[in-house]
Amino acid sequence: MHVPDGFLDAPTSIATGAVAVVGLGLALRRARGELDDRTAPMAGLVATFVFATQMLNFPVGAGTSGHLLGGALAAVLVGPWTGVLCVSVVLLVQALLFADGGITALGTNITLMGVVGVAVGWLVFRGLTGVLPRRLSLVAPSAAVAAFVSVPVTALAFVGLYGLGGAAPIPLDTLTTAMVGWHTLIGIGEALITGLVVGSVTAVRPDLVYGARRAFGSRELEIRTAPGGSQGATA
Amino acid sequence: MKTRTLVIVGVVVALLMAGVVSFYASASPDGLEYVAEQTGFLDTAEDSPTAGGPMADYSTRGVDNPALAGGLAGVVGSLVVLAVAGGLAMVLRRRGTRDQPDSDAAGARGR
Repeated sequence: MHVPDGFLDAPTSIATGAVAVVGLGLALRRARGELDDRTAPMAGLVATFVFATQMLNFPVGAGTSGHLLGGALAAVLVGPWTGVLCVSVVLLVQALLFADGGITALGTNITLMGVVGVAVGWLVFRGLTGVLPRRLSLVAPSAAVAAFVSVPVTALAFVGLYGLGGAAPIPLDTLTTAMVGWHTLIGIGEALITGLVVGSVTAVRPDLVYGARRAFGSRELEIRTAPGGSQGATA
Repeated sequence: MKTRTLVIVGVVVALLMAGVVSFYASASPDGLEYVAEQTGFLDTAEDSPTAGGPMADYSTRGVDNPALAGGLAGVVGSLVVLAVAGGLAMVLRRRGTRDQPDSDAAGARGR
């Protein structure tokens, strides 16, 4: 969903640039609370993984393809603020090195995929895990549903921006139907990839999955005394 | 699985996806591009100022084999993202917190 230069007019691009700067500023401050010696390497891995997966366009219908946005995936694995930073680094490298997504559109892309995609993914995930029983087995399905929802909502956010400052007079109802329709299909791919990856990491190291901490904490907090009487080792 | 093992395995998987599997990815326009074409505003897109770069459009200039040109771009991009995002996370992290108990788990409830 990388927006090229020219789709949105200058005022709208400046406005999304401002949103991106504020979002990144907040994320830089808040990510510190999510990152420690143990989880910092995960942030590098998640960003790399999102970049690589975005190269794998999958077909979603006649002549169309989609790829992972990665907002929900990053938020669940490393936390929402770090997730904003991970997706934004990916978008920055794509725009500068690969001309994937425009330069004046960089703020738009960070706003859409970095801020909206991550925020919607995280909020849906938190909503689900808040209602469902705290079980590790429910973390990956919740992440998948959150990922599914995040894609059409991000597409809708693009339509909103296009309504504000689109370059061509396109009827917004036509644009809404087309964008939300196709991106609901792409959301299925997003859900599958996110569920698979979050499920895999949760299976081997649930303690490293930011979104699994509540479920993991409630499960693992049995005090185990080692035979030698020493403190139990960390996971 | 050790954290280091997990990260190394993950990075290797990412490098394989970006460097090799990406060659077999769908070349169809993505959702936004397709919609822009169908609804008639694709021609408002302008070339990015970086479109003349050595790896623009995930194709390494000067490499004739398309699989190699794309794979090289994928590997370089992955490593740059790893360095920037990983470096940023290492700078931002709270140090010396390896064994700090998880505050979320404070409400110890048995199962």
